[in-house]
Amino acid sequence: MEPQAKIETKDLNLFYGTFHALTDVNIRIPARAVTAIIGPSGCGKSTLLRCFNRMNDLVEHTQVTGRIAIDDQNILEPQTDLIALRRKVGMVFQRPNVFSLSIYNNLKFGLRIHGMLSRRNEIRQSVRTGLEQVGLWDDLKDKLSANAHTLTLEQQQRLCIARVLILRPDIILLDEPCSALDPIATLRVEELLRVLCKDYTLVIVTHNMQQAARVSDFTGFMYLGRLVEFADTQKIFTNPAEQLTEDYIRGSFG
Amino acid sequence: MPNNSSESIASHAEPRRSEAGMLASVTRWRRKIGEPIIELCIRLSGILVVVFVFLIFLFLLRDSLSLFRQYPLRRFLFGTAWLPISEPPQFGVVPLLLGSIYVTLGAIVICVPLGVGSAMFIAEVAPKHLKNVLKSLVEILASIPSVVLGFLGIIWLAPVLRNTFHLSTGMCGLTGSLLLAFMALPTIISISEDALISVPRTYREAAFGLGATRWQTLWRIVLPSASSGILAAVMLGIGRVVGETMVVLMVTGNAPVIPRSLLQPLRTLTATIAGEMGETVGGSDHYYALFAVGLVLFAITFTINLVADLFLRRARK
Repeated sequence: MEPQAKIETKDLNLFYGTFHALTDVNIRIPARAVTAIIGPSGCGKSTLLRCFNRMNDLVEHTQVTGRIAIDDQNILEPQTDLIALRRKVGMVFQRPNVFSLSIYNNLKFGLRIHGMLSRRNEIRQSVRTGLEQVGLWDDLKDKLSANAHTLTLEQQQRLCIARVLILRPDIILLDEPCSALDPIATLRVEELLRVLCKDYTLVIVTHNMQQAARVSDFTGFMYLGRLVEFADTQKIFTNPAEQLTEDYIRGSFG
Repeated sequence: MPNNSSESIASHAEPRRSEAGMLASVTRWRRKIGEPIIELCIRLSGILVVVFVFLIFLFLLRDSLSLFRQYPLRRFLFGTAWLPISEPPQFGVVPLLLGSIYVTLGAIVICVPLGVGSAMFIAEVAPKHLKNVLKSLVEILASIPSVVLGFLGIIWLAPVLRNTFHLSTGMCGLTGSLLLAFMALPTIISISEDALISVPRTYREAAFGLGATRWQTLWRIVLPSASSGILAAVMLGIGRVVGETMVVLMVTGNAPVIPRSLLQPLRTLTATIAGEMGETVGGSDHYYALFAVGLVLFAITFTINLVADLFLRRARK
């Protein structure tokens, strides 16, 4: 008996205009683990990730068919509450995209839009918990009113993660979250992800195979809009079933 | 550096020596004579602009100061009556200053919400084809000569206002405010729109990713991020309103009295200068008083532009 999948897609196809970006993707992403999606640039891995919180809706002329179930709820149905969905499925982007607001207000924004604003000391408590979870509290507790752009890139990216965590999501999508960071900061953020996966379902898109190997429990390999293989990370990197996967892992292309 | 490389090419490629040598000499000529000439021209035009501004200011100052030899500065600044041809004449700038302030404030109240609102619509909401149409319409709006607007004000807007508010005359401050608001709109819209558009796309993505609606994103993230640029747009719009002459001369009724409301005829600083300059005798007190009015106006617009510039500089950071 397979474990319950947190996210499950069935025959997922996506078109940007006439471009067929995703073809028949069937993936089962397990709960409370890190799932990495790897593949060469333009293979559709970011597109797939953006399906899970329907960020592709923002791109004009996008058409999606198939089924994406999160906790057995098809999120492609038109009556899906996108606001609730995006609270439940948080997203961290490639470049740290903190708002040009104070650190405190960066975190407060999410609470406000989801009507989670309560008494001031409760907000402060949430902000504190959020920053503690990403290991920023000790550094930043005395300068919460500073503009978030004064932080280092690593701190900014951690703040972006905190901004998602504070909304108490189930799933966190990370779109190449370390590509703007230096190697040491990358390792530290990866450590953070290992801690977070005890409580959250993490899906990380990366073109860095070592990163996928280090950080993930499961790995999906995508190529030209198709999911070629999905298995335990260990298996993908030591004994892949598909020749294409093996070639990519060995660095023959991509 | 390029000079070195051309010499090294010349020494390596023997048969091409003369050609390369000629090339080098052309480059050398350009560097020795051409460049300095161009630089001098550019430098000169830069300096000239500064000199002109400075001379204008000096000229204004000199002629204004001539007034204050005959007429006390205090009575000019705080005098409540502008009666230049009575005996003795009174040159109190307060009615004119208040006229300008009233009309400007009225225009701001009208054009700032409207302008920023349209900028928000064009930058964030309108679909692409509508956006292009609107942007060119705004540009056309900017190119309407003020005298045409003034004409429309006299024959159409003033009667409408007179009937609406049951006034004795439609030539009043409000008419001027409405038309000036109209004139400041293009400035405010296009600069605010630039400010909104230059807010990074990633901010919007982040906000949408957190579950924000379009309006929440616009109101809480995009607008605050663009606030410096929008403030600069507003200041530049105000600068245009304060300095505008033709429209107010035509429609505000030209009554240099202290206005009690925008529904009364009044007169601005600019309209006073334009309206009276033709009737004065060169070198008379009246003539110099108009220069002093110009100096007050200059001080106001200078301050506004300075503030706008400060905001723009902050916006660029």
